[in-house]
Amino acid sequence: MNLLLSELSTDGKRGYQLPPSRVPSFGGLPLSLRKTEEVILPSIGELEVVRHFTHLAHQTYNVDKGIYPLGSCTMKYNPKINEEIARNPLFTDIHPLQDASTVQGSLSVLYSLTKRLCSIVGMDDGTLQSAGGAQGEYIGLHIIKSYHMSRGNNKRNTVLIPTNAHGTNPASAAFCNMDVREIPVNKEGLVDVATLSELLDDTCAAIMLTNPNTLGLYEDSIKAIASVVHSSGALLYYDGANLNAIMNIVKPGEMGFDVLHVNVHKTFSTPHGGGGPGAGPVLVKEFLSPFLPSPHIIKEEDGYRFSRDTPMSIGKTLGFWGNFLVLLRAYSYITHLGDDGLRYAAKMAVLNANYMKARLKEYIPLSHKGHYLHEIVLSLKQLKEETGINTFDVAKALIDKGFHPPTIYFPLIVPEAMMIEPTETESLEDIDSFVDALIEIVRVAKEHDASFAPPLFNTICGRVDEVNAARKPILHW
Amino acid sequence: MYTYVPHSDHQVQHMLHTIGVNSVDELFSHIDGVFLSSYEDDIKGMSEEEVRKYFHHIAIKNKSGLSFLGFGIYSHIIPSAVSAIASLPGFVTSYTPYQAEMSQGYLQAIFEFQSYITTLTGLDAANASLYDGHSAAVEAINLMCKVGKKKKKVLISSTLHPFTIEVIQTWADVHEIELIMTNECKGCVDVSSIIALLDNDVAGLLVQSPNRYGFVEDYSEVADKIHSFGALFAISSDPLSLALQKNAHEWGADIAIGDTQPLGLPLAFGGGVCGYMSVVSSLMRKIPGRVVGQTVDSRGNRAFCLTLQAREQHITRFRSTSNICSNHAHYALTSTIYLALLGDVGFKEVATQSYDKAHYLHSELQKIDDVVVNSTTPFFCEFPIAFQTKEKLEKAMNHFLNSDVFMGVPLFPYTHQLNDTATVLVAVTEKHTKEEIDLFVSLLKEVLV
Repeated sequence: MNLLLSELSTDGKRGYQLPPSRVPSFGGLPLSLRKTEEVILPSIGELEVVRHFTHLAHQTYNVDKGIYPLGSCTMKYNPKINEEIARNPLFTDIHPLQDASTVQGSLSVLYSLTKRLCSIVGMDDGTLQSAGGAQGEYIGLHIIKSYHMSRGNNKRNTVLIPTNAHGTNPASAAFCNMDVREIPVNKEGLVDVATLSELLDDTCAAIMLTNPNTLGLYEDSIKAIASVVHSSGALLYYDGANLNAIMNIVKPGEMGFDVLHVNVHKTFSTPHGGGGPGAGPVLVKEFLSPFLPSPHIIKEEDGYRFSRDTPMSIGKTLGFWGNFLVLLRAYSYITHLGDDGLRYAAKMAVLNANYMKARLKEYIPLSHKGHYLHEIVLSLKQLKEETGINTFDVAKALIDKGFHPPTIYFPLIVPEAMMIEPTETESLEDIDSFVDALIEIVRVAKEHDASFAPPLFNTICGRVDEVNAARKPILHW
Repeated sequence: MYTYVPHSDHQVQHMLHTIGVNSVDELFSHIDGVFLSSYEDDIKGMSEEEVRKYFHHIAIKNKSGLSFLGFGIYSHIIPSAVSAIASLPGFVTSYTPYQAEMSQGYLQAIFEFQSYITTLTGLDAANASLYDGHSAAVEAINLMCKVGKKKKKVLISSTLHPFTIEVIQTWADVHEIELIMTNECKGCVDVSSIIALLDNDVAGLLVQSPNRYGFVEDYSEVADKIHSFGALFAISSDPLSLALQKNAHEWGADIAIGDTQPLGLPLAFGGGVCGYMSVVSSLMRKIPGRVVGQTVDSRGNRAFCLTLQAREQHITRFRSTSNICSNHAHYALTSTIYLALLGDVGFKEVATQSYDKAHYLHSELQKIDDVVVNSTTPFFCEFPIAFQTKEKLEKAMNHFLNSDVFMGVPLFPYTHQLNDTATVLVAVTEKHTKEEIDLFVSLLKEVLV
């Protein structure tokens, strides 16, 4: 068990010394505004702080340490050159409101990245003013809503979302004050054109789809879906969470999508950082361009500049221009791989997932029949029925063997779901070790009776009591 | 081809054989309209060394200089240990800590972040970060409206950062919420205008201190009035200023928001920001975003996990308190390391030096006749300088720029008020030396001659 910073504190210690002030003291704020309660923060020496956090970092599983096969999260390698570029003081020490003549490098990164992303996904224009996938969804839906309203269609306020969609999809619709209608998926795990047609009416603003979907399956009817959606007057939104499967191979813009977001922290290798920052650029077809957030970066003869001449824009969505250092890393990755390298990465991501599927299918049933692309979804329902061991237990057993478990209990439509996405950067050796471990856990489970719950022997802590944490919250020291 | 894919040709063949297909392309054969080969108009990739050079050539088109720019993004001293520790792989290449047993370290660090935020704001519960201070304002208003249920009005101060107002406006445009702007008096929110606007249909009030001009505002009596109408009171603050000015708890507010960028995060073209939010205990189960809680493990030891997840999109979907999924955890961690190194003594010293140095510049400028600096309204480390005309301001800014000095943020692109058109906002922090501040004064004197 680690000490908390508050427990490491000893009065009089300090971890940093400022240079002397050398200006006169001005006595502080007037008494009526001045703090009355003392601010007490831990006092700790520099090396103690370094050791404390180094210890915490070592107690955190990460991609540099091992396979991290979370489905829908695309935990690929975060290249070190991207980190080096993002540390350059000529990128880190630039203020967002400097004169345009002094930030031409940063503006060119944002401008060029937008162009490259448009080309990869088959769109015409975009914004980088989005701090993550969920914010991208909200911006995209807001653009769609504004488009309909600009045409006098104020009634179009419902978003159609498949039952297997990410939780952010309906949550983003709510954040945009839109209604949600669920689309049941068919027994192949796909959206059925006939079912969809019945749900479409003149209140529908858009359909939100992930393709390949959250089961890892490609929506084969996408062109027919696009056709019925467009002819009903609604638009198509593409959730880019699974773009890694099809980068530069098939473009969402050509499938018929009108607006989409990409998660650069998934597809374009920027680090997840323990939950963020990510970035969720939103790309659109030309007819939606006037609605993009403001300001817009434009290129003129004498260089790049921001334009606030955007009368139809939905407005600002972040204070400044997006998560610049994250976007810079993504641009570095795209520049490094090139179009063909991106295509190759997608192919190898699909190869890795299909190899896992081939090795696992006789031990654990797949959720659906179909052609899986970059991720596979298993159902441990049968194992649970036979042995009492559920997906949660299997995940903890993987942890005990030193592997980060896959995404579990998602998609919600699959009982005892386990969703595995290896990504292209995992080697055959690492995939085999993971698969061997999973098969071994299932074998052992089947040999035991229903009372067996794999214990945690090898982790730094035992099973964490999450129920108690929520019942009696302790949220600070 | 080497693109971070570690497979040998032989291994690929083995994998294809195991799958039972002849080529990787066959795995895509069920999809219409795929492009599986290279194309003439493909943009070629580069080697790592070429990438390094390419980005070097981009970077040198940027120019850094002596800067007095602020307006929400501030240049403070960042101790060397901050980025060194924050760069450890466990912090950089990990995912959201959903599997508590594998992520105790990061969970503890975020618990420590929440502890710092609750200490600084004086409120009961903080979340694990939001995107930035501006979008945190949207989350605060969303929270007010969820609590206020049928209430349809929100009061916002005209002294909020103009970008905050724009970001709130974007969100409010698609919600049936009426935003009502309160008046200002001498650059601060006019408390009598708040009181005059209050009724039972008001869900809450959002104010900011230091405000858009850098002024520190007085909220005496605001909380009681707001609460008497069953509304919520939110304050946005630069967290560094909370070393000196009264915090949300001392003013009786329910919600505190802001951005931790001043706490150890670089300028990063405005892209190294981190929203924070803390609330009183009655709002704890309605706070947006992730929250880490302390609990015990099966061995009886202290442990940490993500908690109160019933609020979040992956559980409650349409009914969640917010759609936020990715947050700014790594920046929250960075600010935590910064605060751990500074301790309370260092933290107060950074704030006091910033205050004193800004006031030193302010006092020197009072001696110059051709510009006006407000001499009565209290400020923290940023204040406005009014020129006689917009042309004189632009001439001064160009003169500074020719000496590689960024003078400040002119308010005219961001405001419609007539008296702001010749005003520039300057920020001074502990990072500026006395000589640099004196240089500002002498450059200004040169151009005003």
